[in-house]
Amino acid sequence: MINILLFAQMQEEVGKEKIAVEMEKTTVKELKEYLQMHYKLTQLNESMVAVNEAYALENDEVKTGDTVAIIPPVSGG
Amino acid sequence: MTDKLFEIVEEPILLEDMIKKVKRREAGAITTFIGTVREFTKGKRTVFLQYQAYKPMAEKMLAQIGKEIEEKWQDTCVAITHRVGRLEITEAAVVIAVSSPHRKAAYEANEYAIERIKQIVPIWKKEKWEDGDEWIGDQLERIEYPTGQPNIKE
Repeated sequence: MINILLFAQMQEEVGKEKIAVEMEKTTVKELKEYLQMHYKLTQLNESMVAVNEAYALENDEVKTGDTVAIIPPVSGG
Repeated sequence: MTDKLFEIVEEPILLEDMIKKVKRREAGAITTFIGTVREFTKGKRTVFLQYQAYKPMAEKMLAQIGKEIEEKWQDTCVAITHRVGRLEITEAAVVIAVSSPHRKAAYEANEYAIERIKQIVPIWKKEKWEDGDEWIGDQLERIEYPTGQPNIKE
């Protein structure tokens, strides 16, 4: 199982802070495609992805037990 | 006050605490930056702001900025605290303190820190306007994404 964390507008769109996806092994790119199919996330394309609290690239591997965060453009400061 | 140099908090940030974190005998300068909640943006009135962070990662990214600064400006010491939750107009959302032997590095490193915060630290703000609210969607404040509407692309 892969835990996916949502923030800001996407958290409101889904109505949840967290989604659990039953997958053993995938990539960041495939996970984004999965989310795009199953949820209406307006900012997914311009979001970065973090795996276990570090920014990840499209082809990076994601496996069961990992925590994946969808990071829309940030606006701190 | 905690002794953590890079921190996300829910309580008001005290400037004096931030200065204490970077104060040391080798320093000849301490610069502080306070990012505050502004009431008017392009004529539109903000009622309050709601900040949200991915706390563990945000603290890691703040620490990374500190590391970048120590590599670029030797002998500097950096502390950054960002507040989350509801913030009222004029309250401090972020405070950055930098100490260094000479003032130039302290000024430059401090500006670098706020620019990097706006690029890499997973923190988001939601503007509460008089007639609605919206998550601000771009770190450099060029794009905004009105709630419930399609993306606006540059």
